[in-house]
Amino acid sequence: MRFDSLLDSLGRTPLVGLPRLSPSPEVRLWAKLEDRNPTGSIKDRAAWYMVEQAEKDGRLAPGRTILEPTSGNTGISLAMVARLRGYRIVCVMPENTSAERTQLLRMWGARIHYSPAEGGSNEAVRVAKRMAEENPDWVMLYQYGNPANARAHYETTGPELLADLPEITHFVAGLGTTGTLMGVGRYLREQRPGVQIVAAEPRYGELVYGLRNLDEGFVPELYDESVLTTRFSVPAEAALRRTRELLDQEGIFAGISTGGTLHAALGVAARAVRAGERADIAFVVADGGWKYLSTGAYEGTLEEAEARLDGQLWA
Amino acid sequence: MAIEVSIPTILRNLTDGAKTVEGEGGTIGELVTDLDKRHPGIGERLVEGGALRRFVNVYLNDEDVRFIGGIDAPLADGDTVTILPAVAGGMR
Repeated sequence: MRFDSLLDSLGRTPLVGLPRLSPSPEVRLWAKLEDRNPTGSIKDRAAWYMVEQAEKDGRLAPGRTILEPTSGNTGISLAMVARLRGYRIVCVMPENTSAERTQLLRMWGARIHYSPAEGGSNEAVRVAKRMAEENPDWVMLYQYGNPANARAHYETTGPELLADLPEITHFVAGLGTTGTLMGVGRYLREQRPGVQIVAAEPRYGELVYGLRNLDEGFVPELYDESVLTTRFSVPAEAALRRTRELLDQEGIFAGISTGGTLHAALGVAARAVRAGERADIAFVVADGGWKYLSTGAYEGTLEEAEARLDGQLWA
Repeated sequence: MAIEVSIPTILRNLTDGAKTVEGEGGTIGELVTDLDKRHPGIGERLVEGGALRRFVNVYLNDEDVRFIGGIDAPLADGDTVTILPAVAGGMR
């Protein structure tokens, strides 16, 4: 496959079957390998769509500075796009993220502003909104509320899935900005009215939920509950266990959040088996495991790995 | 009918610091009413006008109750309920 530039090679990722983890020939699991994108995560799609839209709207022109609350993949994707399109970028990131993330962001030329670990990404969003007010010439693309994030998946990820798996019955993805689930979900519901859209939400250690009051909670502006069929909360232990199963049984080296998504996908697969229904369940491998090696997720016993992950933002 | 309920840090001032408490009820709504009797004040932190508050997520056996009947979601003995504040989460 030949492309004019790196950005042109975005998307069109493989969909691979999981013959060992699928419960039966009638209930099959399919992994969408989003680590096969230019910077190695699904976020390349949203980053490119958000920048392209901002350019069309006249908000971005070479020399301008992008500001984004991001603890990793979106920042890495935006930094790559920014470098190629001639922008500076400042990422606001919680201090308790893996070391690789800081290294990768700096490598692509991003400036990093750390926000306190307590409150996780909520706090990063709050800090970034304050910085945007203080620097009115900076452009915050704001992945949690930018319709171009969901549109990237409506126009690319969704159609790719349907083309490769016309018989799709379920789509399962991690819930963060909600962009993937909203975009793919809306597209698939239009094309396959009975399809089930299932969210896997990471359940963190207590530190991340350490809000001062409940009113400080956060629901992304993109989130529309009516697009989802259901939503599961996946603890770190289950995400780690599934990440290792995916590696051991299918040879796929994925990040920890993908383990959480697989856990939910296996849950809906088990329901289909119990109900005696056919199912073709596609789920998203959001990124590879490389960025999480320093978390110790892939070494020692599960208990040891879980203890090491406590207090870290693993998805 | 005993239901194990996991309480988030932010509400533990109402449960004497307990991370998990027990409650009873045939639905999530009945469970909240029961919890409010045992831990006065917790009910209004979770439910407002007959629905879950916007920034409160309640999971029944790890599934978001908003998709399985909301406060009318039925409970069975041995179920686990997890209450969490809605947050932006992790590595986006």
